Amino acid sequence: MIPLSFYLILSAAFFSIGVIGVLTRRNAIIVFMCIEMMLNAVNLSFIAFASFFGDSSGQVFVFFVMAVAAAEVAIGLAIIIALFRNKLTINIDEINILKW
Amino acid sequence: MITQHIYFAVLFPLIGFLINGLIGYKIKNEKVIGWIGSGFVGLSFLVSLLSFFEVTGLNVAERKIIVPIFQWISIESFNVSFAYLVDPLSLVLALVVTGVGFLIHVYSIGYMQGDKGFWRFFAYLNLFIFMMMNLVLADNFVLMFLGWEGVGLCSYLLIGFWYDRKFNGSTTADAAKKAFIVNRIGDFGFLLGMFLIYKTFGSLNFNEVFTIAEKVPLPEATATLITLLLFLGATGKSAQIPLYVWLPDAMAGPTPVSALIHAATMVTAGVYMVSRASVLFVQSEITMMVIAAIGAATAIFAASMGLVQNDIKKILAYSTISQLGYMFLAAGVGAFTASIFHLMTHAFFKALLFLGAGSVIHALHEEQNIKNMGGLKNHLPVTYKTFLIASLAIAGIPPLSGFFSKDEILWETFAHGHSFLFVIGLITAFMTAFYVFRLFNLTFENKSRYPSHIHPHESPKIMTIPLIILAILSIIGGFVGMPKVFVGESGNFFYNWLKPVYEPSETYLFNVPLYTHSTEIVLMIISVIVALSGIFLARYVYLENIKPIDWLVTKFGKLYNLLFNKYYVDKVYDLLFVEPIVKGSERILWKFSDVKLVDGFINSVGEFFIEIGGLIRKIQTGVTQFYALIMIFGIILIIFMLLI
Repeated sequence: MIPLSFYLILSAAFFSIGVIGVLTRRNAIIVFMCIEMMLNAVNLSFIAFASFFGDSSGQVFVFFVMAVAAAEVAIGLAIIIALFRNKLTINIDEINILKW
Repeated sequence: MITQHIYFAVLFPLIGFLINGLIGYKIKNEKVIGWIGSGFVGLSFLVSLLSFFEVTGLNVAERKIIVPIFQWISIESFNVSFAYLVDPLSLVLALVVTGVGFLIHVYSIGYMQGDKGFWRFFAYLNLFIFMMMNLVLADNFVLMFLGWEGVGLCSYLLIGFWYDRKFNGSTTADAAKKAFIVNRIGDFGFLLGMFLIYKTFGSLNFNEVFTIAEKVPLPEATATLITLLLFLGATGKSAQIPLYVWLPDAMAGPTPVSALIHAATMVTAGVYMVSRASVLFVQSEITMMVIAAIGAATAIFAASMGLVQNDIKKILAYSTISQLGYMFLAAGVGAFTASIFHLMTHAFFKALLFLGAGSVIHALHEEQNIKNMGGLKNHLPVTYKTFLIASLAIAGIPPLSGFFSKDEILWETFAHGHSFLFVIGLITAFMTAFYVFRLFNLTFENKSRYPSHIHPHESPKIMTIPLIILAILSIIGGFVGMPKVFVGESGNFFYNWLKPVYEPSETYLFNVPLYTHSTEIVLMIISVIVALSGIFLARYVYLENIKPIDWLVTKFGKLYNLLFNKYYVDKVYDLLFVEPIVKGSERILWKFSDVKLVDGFINSVGEFFIEIGGLIRKIQTGVTQFYALIMIFGIILIIFMLLI
């Protein structure tokens, strides 16, 4: 059996890649996808814990996260489309009017 | 016992004020407004009169009835109740205030006809009577002060009644402001005097204070300080030197106001107050001397200014100041009865003079300069006759009321050994006779000097009937106080009536009259001769032959100018007090203290936070990923803190 720590390391790696993506990428859709990746990294650790401890509440949480993520995708993509219609760009460096 | 319900006399004018003040603007009929105002004052007069008759039926010792209404202020040992004191002195004042007040109210119905503020006028007048009744009937200093301030307020409102009219190069509102501010200075003294009385006696109730003062003489210094402070209040309200300057300007108000407030009633409040607190005043010889001296000085000073003025109302204003000076002279020599007697007769003839002047001004369409009058004798017969009676009364011609009261004052002054003040009083009497007949001759005699398109008519009955009643009072008013030399000790009703009020203070007056009655008759003859010579001189100068006046003006040009410019007192006050205060307020208080200090502090607090905010807001870059980075650092930090 593969030890728990392997899953957790994979999950942490995924999460870190997502964070770096969010911080460094300029394309709003890719930033968005990185956020999804972070969510899925968390899901992975949930599943791992649930399986390892034989407790199904972790899996229930995963369903919640997936439901929220779906709703978030719907709203997030809508925002990105609205942004593009107004500014003709989805480069988030150029969307910086909310400042001093 | 109507006396137990004397508060009705105070309450009625208040009801009138509330009706006219609250719904008066809806009443379209002026007659209704006018008669509501007059009617309630008339009722008040009736209550006072019934109380008067009731009190006359009582024993002398019982003639002091306190009517408590309610407890007003009660803090530990400091108690002030809303209570009225009915005694001979307050009854005399109440009768004068409501009686003369009623006549002037009725007169105003005619005089103010068609004025756009008709209801406002009557509301103010009723409020004034209410306040004045509180002043004269009060049984403690605090309630008296309430009335004192209240009448000051009404005076302010009524001087500035025609707030949109020009007056003396400024506006009537300025005149009103002047009266109010000058009175404040006097009130300051009154207040301090009250504080000192409370500190000394532990009470502000008339009965308690005066009973203690009667039994235990005060230390000389305390008595002097208290009474001088109170007298400062009296100089403000009663227009004495040095605070008389507001009264001539107060003539900006409508003429009935000048008659009621600035001649007959309110300005005599100071005399009343001195009289009321006589037992305190007599304990300080210095204060008594000061009062007598200021009274005499004001009398002659104001009379001399009255000699050369040309505005009919201003002459009467200076005359009022001068006559008030007589009253204080009398009070200062210890003749309180004479001072109240003159207060009463003066209320009659001076109100009459003012109302007569109002009638003249009315007939000539707001003309007030006596140089543009003349020859009104035939056009205004009733006004002419009543004015003549009032002029003779103020000049002191027997047997009119002014003769008895003025003569009483002069005699008492002489009898108490103030021969110098007596001479001043005599000179003032001469000036009085002169200026009032100068006014009279220039107004009614000779040919007319007003524009020919004006056709003066006698005022309506509603105005002339009060004139006639006041004329009758001016004639017979003096008989209640006939000199003892004619009617004996018991014949002077007025003296006997007020005697119980002044009995406590008389024990302190050491200098009893030194002279016999034959001296009194001689003095009487002298004063009549003086008055007659004043009248004849005025007749000679202004009627028979106009030349001497030109000669006098050229000969004594400087003196004339000095008098005409009122001794430059107004200018000196402007220079000494008004200018420094105005400039000081502007430069130091406003432009430095307020703008630089107060505003500066507040603004710099605001600017400080704006600066700080300006620095901090640089963090707000608008780059989303920068925020996210900071957030991640924050989370990492929190995790580390949790782990450690």
